[in-house]
Parts: sequence; C-alpha cells; structure tokens
Amino acid sequence: MKILVPVKRVLDYNVKARVKADGSGVDLNNVKMSINPFDEIAVEEAVRQKEAGIATEVVVVSCGIAACQETLRAALALGADRAVLIETTEVLQPLAVAKLLKAVCDKEQPNLVICGKQAIDDDANQTGQMLAALLQWGQATFASKLQIDGQSSVMVTREIDGGLETLSVELPALVTTDLRLNEPRYATLPNIMKAKKKPLETITPEALGVDIAPRLKTLSVAEPATRKAGEIVADIATLVSRLKNQAKVI
Amino acid sequence: MSILVIAEHDNRALKEATRNTIAGAAAIGGDIHVLVAGHGCESVAQAAARITGVSRVLQADAPHLELQLAEDLAAQVVPLAADYTHVLAPATAFGKNFLPRVAALLDVAQISDVVAVNSADTFVRPIYAGNALATVQSIDPIKVISVRTTAFDAAAETGSATIDSVPPTAAFGRTRCLGREIIRSDRPELAGAAIIVSGGRGLASKENYHSVLDPLADALGAALGASRAAVDAGFAPNDAQVGQTGKIVAPQLYIAVGISGAIQHLAGMKDSKVIVAINKDPEAPIFQVADFGVVGDLFELVPELVTAIG
Ligand SMILES: Cc1cc2nc3c(=O)[nH]c(=O)nc-3n(C[C@H](O)[C@H](O)[C@H](O)COP(=O)(O)OP(=O)(O)OC[C@H]3O[C@@H](n4cnc5c(N)ncnc54)[C@H](O)[C@@H]3O)c2cc1C
Ligand SMILES: Cc1cc2nc3c(=O)[nH]c(=O)nc-3n(C[C@H](O)[C@H](O)[C@H](O)COP(=O)(O)OP(=O)(O)OC[C@H]3O[C@@H](n4cnc5c(N)ncnc54)[C@H](O)[C@@H]3O)c2cc1C
Repeated sequence: MKILVPVKRVLDYNVKARVKADGSGVDLNNVKMSINPFDEIAVEEAVRQKEAGIATEVVVVSCGIAACQETLRAALALGADRAVLIETTEVLQPLAVAKLLKAVCDKEQPNLVICGKQAIDDDANQTGQMLAALLQWGQATFASKLQIDGQSSVMVTREIDGGLETLSVELPALVTTDLRLNEPRYATLPNIMKAKKKPLETITPEALGVDIAPRLKTLSVAEPATRKAGEIVADIATLVSRLKNQAKVI
Repeated sequence: MSILVIAEHDNRALKEATRNTIAGAAAIGGDIHVLVAGHGCESVAQAAARITGVSRVLQADAPHLELQLAEDLAAQVVPLAADYTHVLAPATAFGKNFLPRVAALLDVAQISDVVAVNSADTFVRPIYAGNALATVQSIDPIKVISVRTTAFDAAAETGSATIDSVPPTAAFGRTRCLGREIIRSDRPELAGAAIIVSGGRGLASKENYHSVLDPLADALGAALGASRAAVDAGFAPNDAQVGQTGKIVAPQLYIAVGISGAIQHLAGMKDSKVIVAINKDPEAPIFQVADFGVVGDLFELVPELVTAIG
C-alpha cells in the first residue's frame, strides 16, 4: 500500500503575519517558514501506518518554490521514504495545486492520499476535497481517527458540527487531517541526517501538462481593524455593572 | 445574476447558517434559489421558501441524500450550477466538506470564508488566521463561495417562494456512513449564540470545566465554548473548539475563562461585540483584545460572577 502526503511550506504558526506596506500581500521575507501543522499530522499518520506494517511506502509531495525542498526534507526526517517537488515560482491556488497533485497521483497510483484539512496561511480548506473530486475518489475530511481495513477501505472518524461521524471509504481514498488525529513526533538528529540522503525528485508543472493559471486576482491585502485593549476592572461587582450599564449585554 | 444557495439542514429543520448565507447572497444581488437536498425534507423546503429574498426552492429528495455525503451532494449540485452565476454555501463543517468538490468539478476556483461582498465578482476574505484581509476578484464564469456566517445577519422570514422538485442524481456508493454521534445539549449552539462562555486550560480538568462554567452558562443562557488546549485535554467536545481551525463565533458577549489568547484562538472570537477575560496572568494576550478584564483566580472569580448576576 502506497500513501501520498502533500505538504505545504507556510509561515510558521508562531509568527504573526504582517501585511506589506503596499498592500500587495503578507511579508514573507526573512520570517520562519515551516511545514503546515496539519500536513505534519498527515505525515505522522502515514508513517505510523508504515510502522504498523500496513503501508509499504510514504511519498511526500510539495508544490512551490525551490525552498519547499526544506519542507520535504522535514517530512522525510519524520519517516517518509521519498519526495517529489513540483517546482514553480507561480503563485498557486488550491485548484491548481489539486490539478498538480492529480497528475502526480495518476503517475504514482497511491492507495491513500492524506492532506491537511487547511493550510494555516491562506486558510482555504479546499485542496484535498478538490483533489478527491478530480480523481473521482471518496473522501473523509477533518479526520480525528483513521483505520485502514485490509486493502479495500479506510474507516475514518470525522469532526463535524455537533459531534463525530464515522465513514467507511473504499480505497483509493482521500483523507484530510484534523488536529486531534495524532501528535507528530520530533525528528531526531540521526533521522534528519538520513533524510538528506533520501530521494527527492523535481518536476515542473509543464512536464505534468497542468495549467496552473490563477483564477483569482488578489486586488489588495489589508490589516483588519484591530481591537483596542479595554479596561482591567478591579472586581466582579465592577465587571457586572459595566456589562449591565455600559455595554448593555446582560 | 442568479444565485444558488445550498441549504444546511438535518432533513427536519433548516440550520440558521443557511439564513446567513442567503443574506450573503442578497449582498451580491440577483435572483436567489435554494437547493434542499436530503430525504423526507419537505419541512426544510417549506422553511427555505419563507426566507426573505428567495424566489425558488429546489428540492432533491432521495434515500441516498439523507446523509448528505460530500460526494453525493457535489454530484447533485454540479449539473444545476450551469444555470447560475454564483453557488453559495455556509463556511461550516457542512459547507467546507462538499463545496470544494463542486468547484473542482466545475473547474473554477472557490472563494472561502467570504466576509464582505464588494461587487458581483469581488469579495473580501480573511487569511492568516484573520491577521490579514484579502480582497480577491474572480475571473471564473461561476463563482463558488463559502460564506462566513458571522459576517452576515440572518435573512428574515417574510417570503413565499415556489418549491419545485428536481431529479436526484445517482448515488456515489463508495463511501458509507457507519454512524453519527451527535451530542444533544439543551444549551444554545455556538454558532448564533448571543452569549458564549468559553473555557481553557486554566480550568485544569473536565470536572472543573463543568462545575465552574455550567452555572455561569446557565445564569446567562449562554453556549459553552473552549480553547483547543481544553478540547485536546478532553475537558470539552471537539465541536466546542473556537478558533482558526475550530468554530468562528461573533456573539454579543464572549467570556474567556482561563484562556491565554493565542492568535489561533483570537481568530475565532475577536469579532465578538464585547469580550470579557478572566485570567490570573495580567500579561496574558487575551487582555489585549478584551473590553473588560479581571485579573485573578478563576475558581474564585467565576462563582462570584454567577452570584452577582443572580
Ligand atoms: C496574501 C496572499 C495573496 C495571494 N495572492 C494570490 C494571487 O494573487 N494569485 C494566486 O494565484 N495565489 C495567491 N495566493 C496564494 C493562494 O491563494 C494560496 O496559496 C492557495 O490558495 C493555497 O491555499 P491553501 O494552501 O490555503 O489550501 P488548502 O486547501 O487550505 O490546503 C489544504 C492542504 O492541501 C495541501 N496543499 C496545499 N497547497 C499545497 C502545496 N503548494 N504543495 C503541497 N500540498 C499543498 C496540503 O496538504 C494542505 O494542508 C495568495 C496568498 C496569500 C496569502
Ligand atoms: C495549527 C494550529 C491550529 C490551532 N487552532 C486553534 C484553534 O482553533 N483554537 C484554539 O483555541 N487554539 C488553537 N491552537 C492552539 C493555540 O495555539 C493555543 O495552544 C491554545 O489556544 C491555548 O489554549 P489555552 O489558552 O486554553 O491554554 P494556555 O495557553 O495554556 O492558557 C491557559 C491560561 O489559563 C490561565 N490560568 C491558569 N490557571 C488559572 C486560574 N486558576 N485562574 C485564572 N486563569 C488561569 C493562564 O494564565 C493562561 O493564560 C492551534 C494551534 C495550532 C498549531
């Protein structure tokens, strides 16, 4: 069984995004970039399947600039076997990423693809579902539990509004990860060293014959209105009086 | 312009999020139709027909649509979409699950989490956990949009649209639902609640989460929310998580108890009208967004607050 995991390079979740002065986007110069946290969870899950003897190979794929190699190496250090970089300097939107990943899936023929449920930069929450649709596969999004049943299906518990849902999806299938699926391990130094020697193939969107032209034009990016810090009140009596008489919310 | 809104419902009742989405459609302007796909969902279709601004309700009724799996719902929407300029759904777990499939099958982009409509093709959406707002313009013939429900006041109920049935599409068949565990609660739902009491790691246990927060929520008729740390630790169920990767809420009053105020948490609640923070650490970032803060031990302050509200 082969598992494919798309991983995205994003602004580290501990770094506060700053909008560029010209309003063209978010400033990504000289800031820490990391693997999207949901994708780290996806890699961890795939590697656990391999350690359990269920998966035989874990392939990680990233779409973007050359620096995505670092992201792929980070995923290899967590235990993935092999990496593919679809290198482009174009700005990629989810539909384009899904089309690129579809082309890779056509070639690699994985039994399972595990995506993150959303990338924490653009927060689109689209790519996995789009990829599943293009492949005409079943999907289970927002997974908090995953169990592969033999070679034929995967059972997934999903986090939905109001509670949980359990789906059985025939393989090949696509799953997207939620936060509670697992806690990713830390890469050890020997594994980081080993990851440097693992195969990393680079291909281009042109070679895959995929049109990645953006469909959305970003006209501007602005800072949201910020909330001002309010008042620290001395005690509960003052709080209740403020809520009743000033804010009038209780 | 003609807009198709996909209704969120449980075959018995229309979810409030649908009314917010219809308000988003009204902001775009044009003829608004609503698709109710489900099984035995007449009452939902009737409820949709009463919403202000809706001129037509399409009802697709079939056994395989009862659970509204993403694969089946997308297959139902795609052939209908050709007649519309916009397809809208709420940016809830329901909408997020199936709508990108619709966009991919139509070969168009999806615009996620729209918070404002500038024109029929230009929309505003938050990115980076709400730390930036992007204005994006779509060049696609059909705009597929998920609507952030807190950004649009629910449409009223003064309408009387016609209800037409549409033929159901074939079932996908390769995904099965084995079960749903829906937690029933007498409290209001987080989405749409006027007051939310939310607890974090500071509560230290599930027992405390309930013994401290339940009386406050009862006294205020509030919904209960939680930080990710509280959910991860099992104090509260997963669907109580407020934040970038949980629920986005904007109540009249949000009371954060023992929550530090990480960016990811703030992303889910900073549009609340009034924010109250109770935290023992005066440096906690939550105080930077709170209208009113009380510094001290939540185990003393919250019971005091319950008594003071009376
Ligand atoms: C301020 C700003 C302005 C932008 N302007 C433009 C613009 O003008 N034009 C333009 O074309 N784009 C633009 N973009 C970029 C584009 O919108 C996003 O990068 C794109 O939408 C991807 O969305 P997402 O990563 O949130 O997808 P999601 O659907 O949230 O991603 C979900 C999952 O898909 C997988 N995935 C996503 N991307 C990749 C990837 N590259 N490689 C491997 N796996 C991946 C991962 O598993 C990820 O967890 C802009 C982005 C920002 C932040
Ligand atoms: C990819 C990603 C996505 C995330 N998504 C979300 C999300 O959607 N929602 C979310 O909430 N988080 C999210 N997080 C997690 C977030 O970064 C924080 O870790 C989390 O919000 C912290 O929860 P907390 O405030 O309850 O805990 P802490 O940060 O540990 O804060 C606990 C607070 O309680 C106070 N306290 C302790 N004891 C008392 C007492 N007796 N009386 C009064 N105060 C007390 C402390 O002073 C402290 O400020 C995400 C993280 C990542 C990486």
